[in-house]
Amino acid sequence: MVTGIPPFERFYETHKVEVLAFLRRRAGQDQADDLFQETFLRALRAYGRLEHGEHLRAWVLTIATNAAIDAGRRERPSAELDNDPAGEDERPAFEELAPLTDELPPKERAAVVLRYGYDLDYDTIGAALGSNEQAARQAASAGVRRLRKEKEQR
Amino acid sequence: MTPTATSPIPTVLDERFRAAAAASGLLDVAYDVLDDTPVGPLLVGVSERGLCRVSFDPEPETELERLGREFGPRILRTPSALDRVRRELDEYFAGRRQAFDLDLDLSAAPEFHRRVLAELNRVGYGRTTTYGALAAQVGSPRAARAVGTVMNRNPMPIVLPCHRVVGANGSLTGYGGGLDRKEWLLRLEGALL
Repeated sequence: MVTGIPPFERFYETHKVEVLAFLRRRAGQDQADDLFQETFLRALRAYGRLEHGEHLRAWVLTIATNAAIDAGRRERPSAELDNDPAGEDERPAFEELAPLTDELPPKERAAVVLRYGYDLDYDTIGAALGSNEQAARQAASAGVRRLRKEKEQR
Repeated sequence: MTPTATSPIPTVLDERFRAAAAASGLLDVAYDVLDDTPVGPLLVGVSERGLCRVSFDPEPETELERLGREFGPRILRTPSALDRVRRELDEYFAGRRQAFDLDLDLSAAPEFHRRVLAELNRVGYGRTTTYGALAAQVGSPRAARAVGTVMNRNPMPIVLPCHRVVGANGSLTGYGGGLDRKEWLLRLEGALL
């Protein structure tokens, strides 16, 4: 049923220090506290739908990254998605697929990585990204289309 | 694993998240460990349906795994969600409460266990019954041994009073939490002199 998925308490205890440190570097001391709570609440929302307990570190850092991106966007509503500076520095969750997905806008990149890198379903990805299943599906397929186009152009 | 900051996160941040998680309604089980009760540390857990666990000498690793299998993996230590359980247990230990006024979640227990535990719940404060009598009450008079197994796996001892079940000859027989605790609880209730 839920084999391999640790109790949330253990997941939280394992990753909380690193997530907070990551958010402080990424978004600054002031914002990090709010983002910390937002990150783990998003993780909790998606946690019951996880199908395996692998890559949880990458998974939670992906969620943290997206929480920071969303907060940045709220502060600069006019900022273009593709120019969002918050999307350009650290991306520890994307390590493995990074060379391939580097050029994608943050949401699409996250959806592609979570779908194809971590094999999560769209429902879970939607929850992790703070949106919904349909938006996650659209982001992933937009990302894949964009990657295909880039490949053709090379 | 990657080396990261080793300093713990601020307590206030940790507590704030745990409280928010408890209030979010997203948890399968909210639990806490009551460290200083007269019968030693107790792990207590509630699901959205009610109390689902009381555990003596808790080894959180094992206990949380078990709760995860029974109720789901969204399990978090959230003291605020256990306020009422803590208060009622405190009152009981202080001799000021004879019955618990808590919803109970027995959804993870097999059907026979649920029937036996429901009968057990009718054995009042300061009274005792026997394994055989409980077996007869659930319509399986020869199932005293099976009733013993149900008592041994009682998911919420003290609240579901398996300490009030003794052998036909009046001996204390056994207790999942150890005979010392059974004796202590029965003395507290005045069932043993």
